Amino acid sequence: MFRNQYDTDVTTWSPAGRLFQVEYAMEAVKQGSAAIGLRSKTHVVLGCVNKANSELSSHQKKIFKVDDHIGVAIAGLTADGRVLSRYMRNECINYNFTYESPLPVGRLVVQLADRAQVCTQRSWKRPYGVGLLVAGLDESGAHLYYNCPSGNYFEYQAFAIGSRSQAAKTYLERRFENLADSSRDDLVKDALMAIRETLQGETLKSSICTVAVVGVGEPFHILDQETVQQMINAFEIVGEQEGPAAEPDDASGQEAAAEQGGSTDEGVAPMDI
Amino acid sequence: MTKQQANWSPYDNNGGSCVAIAGADYCVIAADTRMSTGYNILTRDYSKICKLADKCVMASSGFQADVRALQKQLAARHLIYQHQHNKQMSCPAMAQLLSNTLYYKRFFPYYSFNVLGGLDNEGKGCVFTYDAVGSYEKVGYSSQGSGSTLIMPFLDNQLKSPSPLLLPAQDAVTPLVEAEAIDLVKTVFASASERDIYTVRRQTRTCYHKCSWYPPGIHGT
Repeated sequence: MFRNQYDTDVTTWSPAGRLFQVEYAMEAVKQGSAAIGLRSKTHVVLGCVNKANSELSSHQKKIFKVDDHIGVAIAGLTADGRVLSRYMRNECINYNFTYESPLPVGRLVVQLADRAQVCTQRSWKRPYGVGLLVAGLDESGAHLYYNCPSGNYFEYQAFAIGSRSQAAKTYLERRFENLADSSRDDLVKDALMAIRETLQGETLKSSICTVAVVGVGEPFHILDQETVQQMINAFEIVGEQEGPAAEPDDASGQEAAAEQGGSTDEGVAPMDI
Repeated sequence: MTKQQANWSPYDNNGGSCVAIAGADYCVIAADTRMSTGYNILTRDYSKICKLADKCVMASSGFQADVRALQKQLAARHLIYQHQHNKQMSCPAMAQLLSNTLYYKRFFPYYSFNVLGGLDNEGKGCVFTYDAVGSYEKVGYSSQGSGSTLIMPFLDNQLKSPSPLLLPAQDAVTPLVEAEAIDLVKTVFASASERDIYTVRRQTRTCYHKCSWYPPGIHGT
């Protein structure tokens, strides 16, 4: 896992032209618990898995309302996510104050990306260790963006980040072509199904997941637990198998242990994908 | 050679009057709808009332450009509060915020004479009255603006409440029923509009009631 001599600080290039510190930051995102997002023409749904560290503690907040028309789901270092959410909220408030209209999502995402880039080019800083799924609505329609620690951002029809997100991505790849014309409820159902995929056997309950919606005529809000549970029951989503042993809980973001995970090899730099 | 004096003022007075009356479980806030400059009318149909929070409404007379800027400031601050506290600001909290915001510009004030009205956390009516630099007081009723010199004595006569300085503290809210208070407000504007050229009978009026509340509407006479 150690790429050795060239990974001490973010301002050092490797001979292969990579910034290992930035790649390590993206590794932190992969260690966080899953977050998914999907959009239709008129709505965007965000969902995330909420695993509490212990039975005694509450779970971490991973979905933040940024403005009436924008919300964000994070995976990775939650503290970094909280700080970035505060920045995004401020930007929306200031833009609205000056222009008396909502900040277009695409603009916000670029500002966020530029901030992230700064942290990849200062020797006294470190990259943000959080990936953000930004869901928003503006005049040009519904949008879902992914902002990563490298300072890159991409727009998606549907995406999943965090641990075991590949399972969700596989599900979304099967479904994404139909998403554009989905109704709001179908979109939420797909989100719940995608979350279920990341749980890999564990029963899907509203207590371990959070779902938020934004859409035309519907300001961004987090669905309350009861509504989510009702939807789960209605769509008859049950765990595929009741795993007898508890799933190894590697889903808490901060434990970025040096996992010999099958993430990147010495080949393509992940930022270029 | 005499000293040069400024012949341009950043301020203008757009006139108008605002009134608020608090009751045991309601609050009535009203402001007339005329906006003037000098001896001219700019518009007959302007609302000087602004909803700041779920249960808090501000009526402001004075220089409407400053009023608008003040309203935007408070709205932005309220959004930040909601993000941080996950709830709406209460009326007393907003009252303090307004005072601080006004005093922040102590040396280039908002030319805005405000009356804040709403329900406090127990559902009791509350009214706060301000000067242009943020000095404020919780009262049972108040009026501000060009007609206040005509309105206030009449309200004092009808609603006089015990001084807030008394010990033990006595209730400032009026014992009147909501319908009576609304009637009183209508009468007050009818009277003030007789002699104050900047005030008209037509008003926007908001009534907050503990059980339900009515969004601001244009109410005639």
